[in-house]
Amino acid sequence: MSYEELLTQTALANEQVIVMTAENRALVRNLPGILGKRFIDTGITEQTMIGAAAGLALRGRTPVVHALAAFLTMRAFEFVRTDVGIANLPVKLSSFIPGFLSDGNGPTHQAIEDISIMRGIPNVTVFAPADEDDLVKMLPQIWESKSPAYTRINTRKTTYVHEPFTPGKAEVIAEGSDVTILTYGLLFEQALIAVEMLKSEGLSVGLINMRSLKPVDEQAILKASAQSKLVVTLEDHFLTGGLYTIVAEVLLKHRTTANVLPMALNEKWFRPALLPSVLEHEGFTGKQIAEKILGYQTAHNQPQILTPEFSE
Amino acid sequence: MITEENNNYQELTDTALKVREHIIRMSTDGGCFTGASLSAVDLIVYLYSRFLNINKDNLDDPNRDYLFLSKGHDVPALYGTFAELGLLEKERLKNHLLLNDHIYWHPNTKIPGIEFHSGSLGHLPSVAIGVAMDLKISGSANKVVCILGDGELNEGTCWEAMLVANAYKLDNLLFVVDRNHFQANMRTEDLIPLEPLADKFEAFGAAVKRINGHSFAELDEAFGAFPFQAGKLNVIIADTVRGKGLPSIQERADRWFCNFNADEIQQLLLELHGEHRTTLTSETLVVR
Repeated sequence: MSYEELLTQTALANEQVIVMTAENRALVRNLPGILGKRFIDTGITEQTMIGAAAGLALRGRTPVVHALAAFLTMRAFEFVRTDVGIANLPVKLSSFIPGFLSDGNGPTHQAIEDISIMRGIPNVTVFAPADEDDLVKMLPQIWESKSPAYTRINTRKTTYVHEPFTPGKAEVIAEGSDVTILTYGLLFEQALIAVEMLKSEGLSVGLINMRSLKPVDEQAILKASAQSKLVVTLEDHFLTGGLYTIVAEVLLKHRTTANVLPMALNEKWFRPALLPSVLEHEGFTGKQIAEKILGYQTAHNQPQILTPEFSE
Repeated sequence: MITEENNNYQELTDTALKVREHIIRMSTDGGCFTGASLSAVDLIVYLYSRFLNINKDNLDDPNRDYLFLSKGHDVPALYGTFAELGLLEKERLKNHLLLNDHIYWHPNTKIPGIEFHSGSLGHLPSVAIGVAMDLKISGSANKVVCILGDGELNEGTCWEAMLVANAYKLDNLLFVVDRNHFQANMRTEDLIPLEPLADKFEAFGAAVKRINGHSFAELDEAFGAFPFQAGKLNVIIADTVRGKGLPSIQERADRWFCNFNADEIQQLLLELHGEHRTTLTSETLVVR
């Protein structure tokens, strides 16, 4: 099932759902015809859209709002924080092309501080599905909840079949005593590749799909830290404020520590290009991830990475 | 023709005077935005007395009207009106800035009758749009009023909101501008000029009326005509005077936030009734 099919089904089953967009229709092309007045496009006005979503939520609606991640989280930040966060309204933010998914757009469109920004708002929950299957397993519960929610929309397809979703729970894919990779979002796909390469090099490897970054699964982090010699935080996000920071906070809160290797964007925007080239250039292909953990080059072949369709 | 002299508005005039007394009494022990509150009094008293279907018994009724105070720093005028109209116990106004209550410099929903918090300018036009959109979708006839300050119109989101309101033909929505000609420290026309303001709103697609915001007759005529154009955002520009009722602070750039001492409060209450001119000794705010 696609994002749009899920949203259509959800909105048809629940009259209270309103679908909004700031003229970002890639994910909702068929919904104007299906939902009529319950589809609202405010034009390129992220701030007004969020304020209006708060107003609709005041009247008992559940607005699912769409915009590019960079503009939803940064242009409209104060509206999310002040109108949605303070009022604790069930506005559901669907952020499009977060992280590396903005591929060729350039730094204006790079939302690589979104997790940091959104998790800093009291009441706002934060989610990052690994692929389309994960997305459609997570969203029903995210949308049913009464909390404001920020979701890093990721509609890429992988062959992995995910477990049912429980908010606040990570998905433990594998456990290992040498290294555990903690990741979220589209890098899950590369992490799966890295895990296979690391295993073939003789390592015992764990992999956790974080899914829910706020609330975060503290027990999964603590368990991985306790049972693996090395914990890797892998994310298409600035080093500051994302998963690496979350892991540091959790370990300190529980008065423990771990060997943590962060893989993130350290004080830099990434080089704009099509996604496969971005991953290669920035060192985030499965093979590069595995070799960074191993500390040596291998003869493994990096599987082909599909270029996403252009969608603005 | 309706005129003030008919005394049709004596009740409103009396209420407004009492609300101004409340504002003066709140302008001490930490103070408040006295001038901007005084400019909005007649407007707010009129709205709650004659225009809005909002009263102490229907605050949770989905079929009530909605008022959003986007220019949140004039909330003493709103609380004073609530106190006079029975939405808020008068005693609670004495809790201004105290931890035992929630009455502070900007509105919040812990006070009955406040639909949404404000304080950050340029937000509630969009929240009001969301409510107006839902009323349209739901087929409800309720009205939505959003009070804006003129200084607030510096914020681009006010203009963004007007574009959206007009695109969605929200003629159940009324923006009211408390045009007191001042922003915090400066006359608007000396800092970021707004005139010709009605032309600007009309250029954004709105139907506009401009009136004297201290004349109940003019308020009555303008609001009575709402919606004065179907299929459009309606806007009323209410020309007002910052500090209206207190000549000693009226239109003074350095008296936008006032924290008077007890002696000044007593003098200002007399001044409000027209028989005194206060000697102000408290600190003024330096014009930046």
